[in-house]
Amino acid sequence: MSFRSAVITFPGSNCDRDMADALEKVSGTAPHRVWHGDADLPEGLDFIALPGGFSYGDYLRCGAIASRSPVMRAVIEAAGRGVPVLGVCNGFQVLTESGLLPGALLRNSVIRFVCRDVRLKVENAQSLFTSGYEAGQEIVIPVAHHDGNYFADEGTLDRLEGEGRVAFRYAEDVNGSARQIAGVLNDAGNVLGMMPHPERAIEATHGGTDGRALFESAIKGLVGA
Amino acid sequence: MKVRVHVSLKPGVLDPQGRAIHHSLEGLGFSGVNDVRAGRLIELDVADSVTDEALDDMCRKLLANMVIENYRIEKVAA
Repeated sequence: MSFRSAVITFPGSNCDRDMADALEKVSGTAPHRVWHGDADLPEGLDFIALPGGFSYGDYLRCGAIASRSPVMRAVIEAAGRGVPVLGVCNGFQVLTESGLLPGALLRNSVIRFVCRDVRLKVENAQSLFTSGYEAGQEIVIPVAHHDGNYFADEGTLDRLEGEGRVAFRYAEDVNGSARQIAGVLNDAGNVLGMMPHPERAIEATHGGTDGRALFESAIKGLVGA
Repeated sequence: MKVRVHVSLKPGVLDPQGRAIHHSLEGLGFSGVNDVRAGRLIELDVADSVTDEALDDMCRKLLANMVIENYRIEKVAA
């Protein structure tokens, strides 16, 4: 059974090819490439990815304009039907701006753009996206962002923790994120947003392969491959 | 009609940009600055028929992120 995925490209996306490459390498099937101005998504998608980059030049707020683009209405509708949606970096910002995930991503507390490998702790290893990891496992995934400082009010943070919706946590302070949160799930568990780039850690030549299990988990969970 | 929308971070939300500006002011020798918060000013030119309710809706749906920001709408006499 083939895996039908889509990678959305916004003006200013720059990790869409890496994301498409990762999905093709791991699933064996090339994803559909969807432009932000398209009102409809391909039929019968198993997986939607929102890539990193600087959509609309980060104008207004990171991800703000992209989250209101025509294709996002279809993405929000698909997410509501349970279609898995992964947002990485700017894709995570788009997911919070669209309301699919709680909280917001602020400017890094260190002000600087942070671009390096970071250690992450897998907090929830039972989700669709993380079942290929062990709970508490430490993995290394690169980050590259200026606005990755996760913020939510204390009540929301407590709820996320209590419901197992913190998927990944930084093993060190990277950007000032509340409770060092690096990735969060929606309440149904089919939407994951994360600042680190798993698609940049797929094969040995990337310098690490710890991101591969995320894609393998999702593909295995969806098509039982 | 000219409208100014002032968008500011909610109290309690860390503002690294404001902190950097504060630090720079101190570096220039200005003393007595207790705190700096950076916001955004958006100027709109809208038809007179645009209602207050519509302006409010614009702020909530796009101009401000209600998770982290507050907004204030100011109508400017032409």
